[in-house]
Amino acid sequence: MVTTPNGFNIDNTGQRIVVDPVTRIEGHMRCEVNVDENGVIRNAVSTGTMWRGLEVILKGRDPRDAWAFTERICGVCTGTHALTSVRAVEDALGIEIPDNANSIRNIMQLNLEIHDHVVHFYHLHALDWVNPVNALRADPKATSELQQMVGPNHPLSSPGYFRDVQNRLKQFVESGQLGIFKNGYWDNPAYKLPPEADLMATTHYLEALDLQKEIVKVHTIFGGKNPHPNWLVGGVPCPINVHSTGAVGAINMERLNLVSSIIDKCIEFNKNVYLPDVIAIGGFYKNWLYGGGLSSKACLAYGDIPENPNDFSPDQLHLPRGAIINGNLNEVHDVDVRDPEQVQEFVDHSWYEYDEPGKGLHPWDGVTQAKYELGPNTKGTRTNIQELDEAAKYSWIKAPRWRGHAMEVGPLARYVIGYAKGHEDIKDQVDGLLRTMDLPFDALFSTLGRTAARALESEYCGRLQKHFFDKLVTNIKNGDESTANVAKWDPSTWPKEAIGVGMTEAPRGALGHWIKIKDGRIENYQCVVPTTWNGSPRDTEGNIGAFEASLLDTQMERPEEPVEILRTLHSFDPCLACSTHVMSPDGEELTTVKVR
Amino acid sequence: MSQIETFYEVMRKQGITRRSFMKYCSLTASALGLGPSFVPQIAHAMETKPRTPVIWVNGLECTCCSESFIRGAHPLAKDVVLSMISLDYSETLMAAAGHHAEAALEETIEKYKGNYILAVEGNPPLNEDGMFCIVGGKPFVEQLKHAAKHAKAVISWGACASYGCVQAAKPNPTQATPVHKVITDKPIIKVPGCPPIAEVMTGVITYMLTFDRLPELDRQGRPAMFYGQRIHDKCYRRPHFDAGQFVETWDDENARKGYCLYKMGCKGPTTYNACSTVRWNEGVSFPIQSGHGCIGCSEDGFWDQGSFYDRVTDLTQFGIEKNADQIGTAAAGVVGAGVAAHAAISALKAAQRKTQDKKEEA
Repeated sequence: MVTTPNGFNIDNTGQRIVVDPVTRIEGHMRCEVNVDENGVIRNAVSTGTMWRGLEVILKGRDPRDAWAFTERICGVCTGTHALTSVRAVEDALGIEIPDNANSIRNIMQLNLEIHDHVVHFYHLHALDWVNPVNALRADPKATSELQQMVGPNHPLSSPGYFRDVQNRLKQFVESGQLGIFKNGYWDNPAYKLPPEADLMATTHYLEALDLQKEIVKVHTIFGGKNPHPNWLVGGVPCPINVHSTGAVGAINMERLNLVSSIIDKCIEFNKNVYLPDVIAIGGFYKNWLYGGGLSSKACLAYGDIPENPNDFSPDQLHLPRGAIINGNLNEVHDVDVRDPEQVQEFVDHSWYEYDEPGKGLHPWDGVTQAKYELGPNTKGTRTNIQELDEAAKYSWIKAPRWRGHAMEVGPLARYVIGYAKGHEDIKDQVDGLLRTMDLPFDALFSTLGRTAARALESEYCGRLQKHFFDKLVTNIKNGDESTANVAKWDPSTWPKEAIGVGMTEAPRGALGHWIKIKDGRIENYQCVVPTTWNGSPRDTEGNIGAFEASLLDTQMERPEEPVEILRTLHSFDPCLACSTHVMSPDGEELTTVKVR
Repeated sequence: MSQIETFYEVMRKQGITRRSFMKYCSLTASALGLGPSFVPQIAHAMETKPRTPVIWVNGLECTCCSESFIRGAHPLAKDVVLSMISLDYSETLMAAAGHHAEAALEETIEKYKGNYILAVEGNPPLNEDGMFCIVGGKPFVEQLKHAAKHAKAVISWGACASYGCVQAAKPNPTQATPVHKVITDKPIIKVPGCPPIAEVMTGVITYMLTFDRLPELDRQGRPAMFYGQRIHDKCYRRPHFDAGQFVETWDDENARKGYCLYKMGCKGPTTYNACSTVRWNEGVSFPIQSGHGCIGCSEDGFWDQGSFYDRVTDLTQFGIEKNADQIGTAAAGVVGAGVAAHAAISALKAAQRKTQDKKEEA
């Protein structure tokens, strides 16, 4: 048994369980745990198993193009990297965006938060709590009553409706071709819902699948498509014309009406379906409060959704900024992403190497030299890994630290920080939820708390989306139709050298892009992304990251069936393509080239 | 194949009425650009054709193709997954993980040898013994080859699988490699785009299920029905191009009137895709309609053709127009139009990029 510097007890003597691939995530991930004789997880090892190298690809390119490259880091949180990128370039070049562009960007970013949270809960996470096979045993009438109790304003609630869905599900299961439900863990006692709750939630799985394609139309209107809408350094690419000839080629009244109707749909779904589902499901799992990990000790958020354009000061952001360390919620530290002492990345347990082992590097000075090698205690071979050796290098994810601390990021971190800072909306939501569920504050530090914080945030973002829509319309009403500042569009207006940083709160947490521009070209580009924080491997000192910490001490019903592991990992909404793209700015010879 | 239920049987079993079924068939017909006379043919096919198992694997990618797929409106994603295909392996959506997921893959391959479709999202990196993308402790390229071995056909979803996309942009540090360079003994349908349009993705699948054959492919292996024409050919702003009315700077008066984005770097004139016709997200818009030029995301190597804001250079506006007309004539008048169009467009591109390295032909 070893105690890590950040206070977790690790014992790797028990039975080793390997989960690879971890499914229902973005990208590729592996997880290994050791369980003791009682089925309790005593050691956890999380590994990013993909790497794409986007930063070196960005080197030498036009900074105005960077949004499109970085947007392709992730197609699930689509657009958030693009926003971070245009902010980084604008920061470097001193470009101020118009008011309308700020509102439209905020609407798009909030729209993404909602879409991402809804899809995450229903399509990536729900099957960790909900058993669709058990739903076949439900009484449709009782399901209807349950629906009307938890979400009385949701129109789809009749017994006949639930019977139809159940019939469809029944025929699907009886066909013997189970598709995505194949080999699920449907008789595992870790599933705790009564059949009626299973049927209600499975029905909402299908409803949410229909709804999510509506939500994203806000991106389509302003950005032309989704996934991967278009963005612009200096503002937004869509012009506004609500009065004159040619308005059909711009954002006009019809387009604004469509945006408004979608915003209302988001608000309704959050209020009548998503939040009630989380409360209803959570009610049956109130005693399953594993998975807190780092959340009660160390949380980080950069903050986002600026009320006014070009002002990122903490009191102007609707999503909070700050850092909590050592579990002290009475002190929220300010975060300065430009400070070389604050955000640093370590690679001692990652498949990279630095010239100076054990050193952390700030992203502006980031160096990455790929080094794929396995430790001496690895079981298997270089291309057929059975069990990893976590005492050595074991992940394509680096280990970022804030002043040396491993941090959790994401909706729960934002809500813990917001609560600690006295953010009124967040405080009201959290207090209300805990009161409804009759749970103490500390219950927030759990897998369930992470999942609930995401639902609360989706609801809050729905209201904010409306706020910025109203703000946009008011501004147009006042005669301002400007959407882009082109004063510094031409590279000849740029300084010879410039550095900048862009920050957002992506759905999964704090996201930062650091850029260096020289002679009109990208000299260096580094991204430190949410899943790099949460999925971080051990660092030089032996601190474990958020994924690993959250799995410890969890009681498994059946160690050979990873329901609990998936449930807790999914509560972070892992995005592996995001976390593992980091690449050297310094050289082309990065790998041992072996062409098969 | 007899052990597999037909499409129609499955839909009926799942409580879908005959009437809804016929409505679905007519929607499918219109999605494929076919007239009402094709509805009975589609209905017949649905009634008699098996529900095809699909194995969907993921290499180096960003999951935008999966995300686009679930945006499908006609048919709805839930109907595709519950009633049209049997999605037996999808790391993005499946309940099982680890060994249980791998077992689902093996069972499907074993049970449906030669009868399943392999859908590939992303691509395999070949550097570092393939270990830049690991699935089940092994290189993704092994899983890809294994799953392809007994597949009936392979669909290369998106720019990653079709051409390499962003991780294969210069200098391609992981040696990310498109699927057709690794799988050489199977029919491969490339459905490029970053991502492809949802209804194009489901349109390709329903075409295969309905007509029980691969769609007609152009020289690059793309379905001619969706990739046979340039965005420019069918762009609703084309009259402004022809009239010489252009956006000169972002958010200028011309931008607010919806003029042509050619001078802002629009790649519509050199990009083959259905964006200006099918449009995105149930026809709500497409990039040009929302004020940004096309970045050419369905073209091979589009990341390495200079800035997205560089105007297509070396040719005057009228030069492009002239070439476009010539191409148009060829496309309208000749059997195998796709080939002719591509030959011409390749020549055009070569002229535009004479200072750049020539890329290997796909």
